Amino acid sequence: METAMSSSNNLTDFIFGRLSWNALPFHEPILVVTFIAVALGGIAVVGALTYFRLWGYLWKEWFTSVDHKKIGIMYVVLALVMLMRGFADAVMMRTQQAIAFGANEGYLPPHHYDQVFTAHGVIMIFFMAMPFVTGIMNYVVPLQIGARDVSFPFLNNFSFWMTTAGAVIIMMSLFIGEFARTGWLAYPPLSGADYSPGVGVDYYIWGLQVAGVGTTLSGINLIATIVKMRAPGMTMMKMPVFTWTSLCTNVLIVATFPILTATLVLLTLDRYVGTHFFTNDLGGNPMMYVNLIWIWGHPEVYILILPAFGIFSEVVASFTGKRLFGYASMVYATVVITILSYLVWLHHFFTMGSGASVNAFFGITTMIISIPTGAKMFNWLFTMYRGRIRYEPPMLWTIGFMLTFVIGGMTGVMLAVPPADFVLHNSLFLIAHFHNVIIGGVVFGLLAGVNYWFPKAFGYKLDPFWGKMSFWFWQIGFWFAFAPLYVLGLMGVTRRVNHFEDASLQIWFVIAAFGAFLIALGIASFVIQLIVSFLKRDQLRDTTGDPWDARTLEWSTSSPPPDYNFAFTPVVHDHDSWYDMKRRGYVRPLEGFKPIHMPKNTGTGVILSGLSVALAFGLIWYMWWLAALSFLGIIVVAIAHTFNYKRDFYIPVETVTTTENARTKQLAEQA
Amino acid sequence: MSNTHAVSADKPEFYLTEEHHPESSTMLGFWIYLMSDCLMFAVLFVTYAVLGRNYAAGPAPADLFDLKLVAINTAMLLFSSITYGFAMLRMEKNDRSGTLLWLFVTGIFGAIFLALELYEFNHLIHEGAGPDRSAFLSIFFTLVGTHGLHVTFGTIWLITLMVQVAKFGLVEANRRRLMCLSMFWHFLDVIWIGVFSIVYLLGVLG
Amino acid sequence: MSSHPEAPAHESAHNTHHAHSHGHEAAHGSFKSYMTGFILSVILTAIPFWLVMNNVIDSKAATASIIMILGAVQVVVHMIYFLHMNAKSEGGWTMLALIFTIIIVVIAMAGSLWVMHHLNANMMPMSPEMMKNMP
Repeated sequence: METAMSSSNNLTDFIFGRLSWNALPFHEPILVVTFIAVALGGIAVVGALTYFRLWGYLWKEWFTSVDHKKIGIMYVVLALVMLMRGFADAVMMRTQQAIAFGANEGYLPPHHYDQVFTAHGVIMIFFMAMPFVTGIMNYVVPLQIGARDVSFPFLNNFSFWMTTAGAVIIMMSLFIGEFARTGWLAYPPLSGADYSPGVGVDYYIWGLQVAGVGTTLSGINLIATIVKMRAPGMTMMKMPVFTWTSLCTNVLIVATFPILTATLVLLTLDRYVGTHFFTNDLGGNPMMYVNLIWIWGHPEVYILILPAFGIFSEVVASFTGKRLFGYASMVYATVVITILSYLVWLHHFFTMGSGASVNAFFGITTMIISIPTGAKMFNWLFTMYRGRIRYEPPMLWTIGFMLTFVIGGMTGVMLAVPPADFVLHNSLFLIAHFHNVIIGGVVFGLLAGVNYWFPKAFGYKLDPFWGKMSFWFWQIGFWFAFAPLYVLGLMGVTRRVNHFEDASLQIWFVIAAFGAFLIALGIASFVIQLIVSFLKRDQLRDTTGDPWDARTLEWSTSSPPPDYNFAFTPVVHDHDSWYDMKRRGYVRPLEGFKPIHMPKNTGTGVILSGLSVALAFGLIWYMWWLAALSFLGIIVVAIAHTFNYKRDFYIPVETVTTTENARTKQLAEQA
Repeated sequence: MSNTHAVSADKPEFYLTEEHHPESSTMLGFWIYLMSDCLMFAVLFVTYAVLGRNYAAGPAPADLFDLKLVAINTAMLLFSSITYGFAMLRMEKNDRSGTLLWLFVTGIFGAIFLALELYEFNHLIHEGAGPDRSAFLSIFFTLVGTHGLHVTFGTIWLITLMVQVAKFGLVEANRRRLMCLSMFWHFLDVIWIGVFSIVYLLGVLG
Repeated sequence: MSSHPEAPAHESAHNTHHAHSHGHEAAHGSFKSYMTGFILSVILTAIPFWLVMNNVIDSKAATASIIMILGAVQVVVHMIYFLHMNAKSEGGWTMLALIFTIIIVVIAMAGSLWVMHHLNANMMPMSPEMMKNMP
């Protein structure tokens, strides 16, 4: 009897690993309600897609597409979805901190609050900012350099789906099991097996590892694209600034994400195999993890901000109708930042005790890195000087960025002074600082980019009224949300705390919560902007392909561009090549089209990504059979894919001619 | 700007009338991948440099490593490198069976290398010197094991390519793939130089 | 990716030769260069093994430096004779990528050693001997 019981237990253990009914959060009312909402929403979406017979369309035209434009758009959609999730976490934290004083415990117990702030950081960096940046680079770079696609179109699709798989793994932790309670970088020994025995850290690890594969490969892909696929005549110093910043960002991606991968592998081995890299005993050293993860972590912030700098450079030049001031200095500043970003990592742990000489070195390098950034700021200002500035939404975001980012940069220099950091580290001052640079720099930049390139991607402009509403809510909301945190930080309030005794602090948290509410209105305005623009798309239609009278190659083709981007490969003579073409009387070719060689779509990326989710799930829950099977599946599918030699086709000349003639007609009507 | 034909003679060319074929990006892309892999190994090497002396009152390299075995292993990898080189030379001569033969020899050397490494790991674990014994052994197994894992994938890739060359011949796609695997294989040899110098020789030296 | 969709069907010498000259020039070795690389590698591998296995030099520091120098030389030998590195392949981009990687590797390794040495010295003031024997 007993043996029968235990053998059935063994079987259950074998099949489900450590997964059981207890892992489902029935006892958490917040999560149950969220789950019901998500499930209803999911059923509605699936039902609508089925009802309107859109599955085949989505699969054929989007999921399996190797077109860099569609992949770019899918990246941005992923980023926007994850922005909603990450922002929901932010609102929960702000609400909790605004009410939890004295006798009031608030509504989030510590173990839940800890998961929320971890998820917020992980999602906003890895699954909002990263896909957003990658998506915009994917969309814009091949167009800016006059290419038909990226160097490795299938790899591009695969990268996107791996990033999505990572996001799926992180999202699963919401309803199956739990997420890490360690903070977004999961420092050991807290994240080790002894102090975090649950599945939370494992979700974190495998989510990041799977997404990291996608990020690294897309970095390699874009570097090869920029190096190899530029249009004839486009020398390095004739590349648009956004392409330059993308190149540097992708160099940083390829040269840092392996460091993250290796570091997380060591943590994984500590948790799964019982090694002693970052444990407290048997020779392990947790400080090594902190050291390694920040060698990745600091360049990571430049991975995010450099493309934003590129977007601002394009926007400033377009909306002032002037050549960018100091193109060469902009390029050199970008390259210098790329290298210097590897020399500052210790400023994230001044207080760990490496001593005065080490701290002094890294403090000084950190201050030095603000110099090229400052040079860029002056370049933008001098571009605007005596320009005819058009205050469209992209330009508003740029000006908002310049004001906000400078303050964030200055508080950064304050934190770079080691003695000051000893007072301010781990306080809300730090939180205010990095939100100041990431929201004020990266998010404002990405929203400027969306407003700027949306007409190129979809053929109609975004509604400027709701764009301005969104901008002002974000801008004012940002200061309401984070200025109080500077004050609290200077008073010594530390981060990651869900309850305070001192009631005199409450007013500041209430103001911050009000700021978060304003930002929520900003996000809502953005969503309304998308809907209103879609409804008014006929009035907002861009028939010229160049709605802003801009200067780079992507504006020389139609909006949206044809599958092949350019019927004829452009020849470049200047870094503002489209402006140069307009100025010197370029005449659009009307005949002589050739068949165009293009890559074929494939579903392999989706399949591999699905298998990766299964692999991660098996590893997280100790369902070894699932892990082994899906790993085997990945190998088999990958090998089978290499047996397909027919990966390309020709767009027939008739199709090209029809498409181009339609454009000719459209241009004639508008003239 | 004038649009008359007289001026358009010196008007610059703004587009190509012929189809433009940018040269293949594969070699550069694969090289960049290798560079990123190199950084992953750099993390493992620096972890070895920092934690490699933390024996936790357990065995040290001089107690564990059999340098004769390591020397044989090194020889296997070196032989496999030169035989891969011969395969590439046959490929340039368009000799399909010669290429396949040398690839096969390369795969055999790779398999012997892996077998010896597995034997060594097994032996160490049986002596109670497994990866959970001390930080030194943790990073030893991880560093050497990661290299071994790369060789394993290289061998699987090699077998796949042999099938593809046998089936489809030395077509352009297969040549490109053989070039990539060549870079991968020689790259692993370069990493092994670091492993035997730093981990084994400096370790035994004490 | 492949510029000849029907390529697997036929493998005429002309076709493959065209592909060869188009894609990756300068990335091939000759029998002589492979053998040179091989012989140099054998020598450069044998010396450090011999030094350690037979305790040839008394000074450990000297042996260690020789091992490191020979290792570095052998890496260069492999790069030149097996990986066919030169400043011209792929328009110099492979060399640039290699130099950049070396810079990052040096920064990361030297920096980590420096940082961790100071952390250990400040936070765990004990001798290396104690570290070896600490449980």
